[in-house]
Amino acid sequence: MTRLAMTVNEKPVTAEVEPRLLLVQFIREHLRLTGTHVGCDTSQCGACVVLLNGRAIKSCTALAVSCEGANVTTIEGLAPEGRLHPMQEAFREHHGLQCGFCTPGMIMAAVDIVARKGHRLDEATIRDELEGNLCRCTGYHNIVKAVAAGAAAMGVRRVAAE
Amino acid sequence: MSTTGIGQSVRRVEDFRFITGSGQYTADIDRPGQSYAVFVRSPHAHATIKAINVEEAARAPGVLGVFTGKHLVADKIGGLICGWMIHSKDGSPMKAGAHPALALDKVRYVGDHVAVVIAETLNQARDAAELVSVDYDVHEAVVDLAGAQHPHRPRVHEQAPNNTVFQWHLGDKAAVDAAFGKAKHVTKIELTNNRLIPNAIEPRAAIGEYDRGSGGYTLYTTSQNPHVARLVLSAFIGIAAENKLRVIAPDVGGAFGSKIFIYAEEVVCVWASRKVGRPVKWVAERTESFLADAHGRDHLTVAEAAMDETGKILALRVQTTANLGAYLSTFASSVPTYLYAPLLSGQYDIPAIYCEVDAVYTNTAPVDAYRGAGRPEATFVIERLMEIAARQLGKDPAEFRMHNFISSFPHATPVIMTYDSGDYAACMKKALELADYAGFAKRKAQSRKAAKLRGIGFSAYIEACGIAPSRAVGSLGAGVGLWESAEVRVNPVGTVEVLTGSHSHGQGHETTFAQLVSHRLGIPLEQISIVHGDTDKVQMGMGSYGSRSGAVGMSAISKALDKIVAKATKVAARCMEVADDGVDFRDGVFSGLGTNKSMSWSEVALQAYVAHKFDTAEIEPGLKEGAFYDPTNFTFPAGVHIAEVEIDPETGVTRIDRWTAVDDFGNVINPMIVEGQVHGGIAQGIGQAMLERTVYDDTGQLVTASYMDYCIPRANDLPSFDVAMTNTPCPSNPLGVKGCGEAGAIASPPALINAITSALGHEDIAMPATPQAVWRAIRASHRHAAE
Repeated sequence: MTRLAMTVNEKPVTAEVEPRLLLVQFIREHLRLTGTHVGCDTSQCGACVVLLNGRAIKSCTALAVSCEGANVTTIEGLAPEGRLHPMQEAFREHHGLQCGFCTPGMIMAAVDIVARKGHRLDEATIRDELEGNLCRCTGYHNIVKAVAAGAAAMGVRRVAAE
Repeated sequence: MSTTGIGQSVRRVEDFRFITGSGQYTADIDRPGQSYAVFVRSPHAHATIKAINVEEAARAPGVLGVFTGKHLVADKIGGLICGWMIHSKDGSPMKAGAHPALALDKVRYVGDHVAVVIAETLNQARDAAELVSVDYDVHEAVVDLAGAQHPHRPRVHEQAPNNTVFQWHLGDKAAVDAAFGKAKHVTKIELTNNRLIPNAIEPRAAIGEYDRGSGGYTLYTTSQNPHVARLVLSAFIGIAAENKLRVIAPDVGGAFGSKIFIYAEEVVCVWASRKVGRPVKWVAERTESFLADAHGRDHLTVAEAAMDETGKILALRVQTTANLGAYLSTFASSVPTYLYAPLLSGQYDIPAIYCEVDAVYTNTAPVDAYRGAGRPEATFVIERLMEIAARQLGKDPAEFRMHNFISSFPHATPVIMTYDSGDYAACMKKALELADYAGFAKRKAQSRKAAKLRGIGFSAYIEACGIAPSRAVGSLGAGVGLWESAEVRVNPVGTVEVLTGSHSHGQGHETTFAQLVSHRLGIPLEQISIVHGDTDKVQMGMGSYGSRSGAVGMSAISKALDKIVAKATKVAARCMEVADDGVDFRDGVFSGLGTNKSMSWSEVALQAYVAHKFDTAEIEPGLKEGAFYDPTNFTFPAGVHIAEVEIDPETGVTRIDRWTAVDDFGNVINPMIVEGQVHGGIAQGIGQAMLERTVYDDTGQLVTASYMDYCIPRANDLPSFDVAMTNTPCPSNPLGVKGCGEAGAIASPPALINAITSALGHEDIAMPATPQAVWRAIRASHRHAAE
């Protein structure tokens, strides 16, 4: 067993874990944050995407112990003040989800896309950037609209905050 | 007009929990003291089990139990069942082999369940599963569908000679033969409808729990129909009586048919929870989903259409071989029969149709309903035939279809169905306009200048959904009735709980069903809760599949609401001291006609419970009503999809330039949700037509058992879609709705293949038309031209 300390959703957490424990298992099973999902076993589906030090990663592909000292944000931590994140709002407003299973990973990936590509995202960019996230329900049509709208709204909120 | 009632694109009530990570799927549930199950699966497609040695596994750290099929038999646990009896044309019943939850003498596909290991932790169960040693005598596998019925092939089940489950037919053979005899033109095609693996993003999961105190079991499971699961597990498999078995299907992450069926893992987890005295949890890994979820489609078909000199279709003749895999899954036999052949008439007035279907066992995963279930296969046949016939006759494909459209309703086809309503030409005309069909020739010329190949393809589909009138399906072999139930409970403060036997796994019932209630009772959505997915809360139900939740499930709610409104009106009349027929109920207010008296919905609800102002010998206190609704007909959504593609001949890559869908779903409760269903259906159909290929090698190994090998559509494989609707209300249900869940998946494959072949100038290309397949087709025609 290895001692592990990290910050998850702005709270410090520590645990004794097996070295083979995946980050997603740590999040789901130890912290009981079950919004992060597992949809495959080959790092393809993206249902497990979280932010690690502000960058999107697939938490099924990282060992928990490799994230020692890191700052992790899961879907549950995206709206800490109780107010929905603009990307969450956009997914609801544009019907960017149906069964909801891929949704947390989609939203986390979308937040990361905005961080890397900015607030004005065209359709082709969004579709290319969502390569690592699978959805079987929506045909992506409304996810693409939601990501574009969420990106724009994040820009507006940022300006408003400044 | 209400902003939350019928016809409004209300934002979904259920979304908050999903976008905040607060959904609760089966895998998210942990029960106190739970243990973990790992299944030992067959690595062989066809083998006799000579011995299973579990001793070493049983001694491994943390192991609570290792069980095989013998243990289930010892406890009198029955095998899995197929709930639809099909008779062959000679009158004999289908030849079904046994389907034990854990294999007894033989394994019949790679992934078949051999044993289960239950341990304290998942890793301990996994490690111990590696220690189960099985001695197999491996046999030749039957994999190739075309050759599976050859008398020299091994038998998958002793009960089924030539691996033939049934040889079924529908229609008037003599009339069809006569029509072909006088035909001026015949179009004949051979088609493969490729096997698909459903791949809901949430893998299947199950938790069984036994309560020693009550002697009752609880099963948490990824199911589209928890009541059907309970019925089968109780009445047929014999786990426990229905009053001692609670089935909970919480949030379910997509299903598409694959979560209708009762699977071995569910049986074993419930049963084993008593054996080990602990809750038993199993969550599929994705490769297990590929191996052991029921697959879809997998038909080989020869189809011919006979036409007169004007291009009017006189008759249709279809011969199909359907792969049912290694065992008959829950509804497997209904899919290539009654969900298939009755749809072969499409939107066309065809006087005579004859269809023969051979259903075949192979050493592959069981095949059952997948989004559309039989209807995509039928639509692929008729819409490929129509397209090719139009080309052969030199006719415009849209004109050719319209020439053959059914134009008056009701219309009885020669294959069971009576279409109740529709305006097929209106859909076609609207689609032609939206797709700018008139501008296609110009766009094709522009593509040609850029050395690209452009094509356009049509699909005028129909489906039969709102499944289904109970007596009718009973006469066709169904083992169950297909009504739906609802209960409306009004609380004393006027808030409403609706308990429904439908199940939502992405369709947004918590919103659309609440919209119906809001519309009828004039109360806001916040005061309405939709309860589903728990057999202890909802008394009975038949679940969600076959696009039935609107037409059947909501009709049951509507029927219960009728009773609620009738009783509330009576209560209001007594309170206001007016005659029973002197009350007008509108927008949540009861008004005494010809008086200035009125009462709000919540006041009347309270009075119903207070029961001070009416004679309780005449009117019972309280406000709660239930209803069972059995449909009187199927519903018949229909529409036209037009795909336009541009192909790069150097790479074979097909780009979908535009996709136009015009659908007639009858009345629509929530257009936003309905459009979303269409998008998702189209995407799955595009997946079938262009991307998804299931490959078993000659020994029966599933080569495409991960997302690295099996390509479900990604965002950049797809375009945005132009979706529009027309409306001819359904006359057979109180809401006028027809159903929309499967339409996209039914319509889209032939539209896309028709577009690709139009671009290539070929009659046919097999699905999936991957870039490599398209590139090869282009090369082959170049070689052909050079010769």
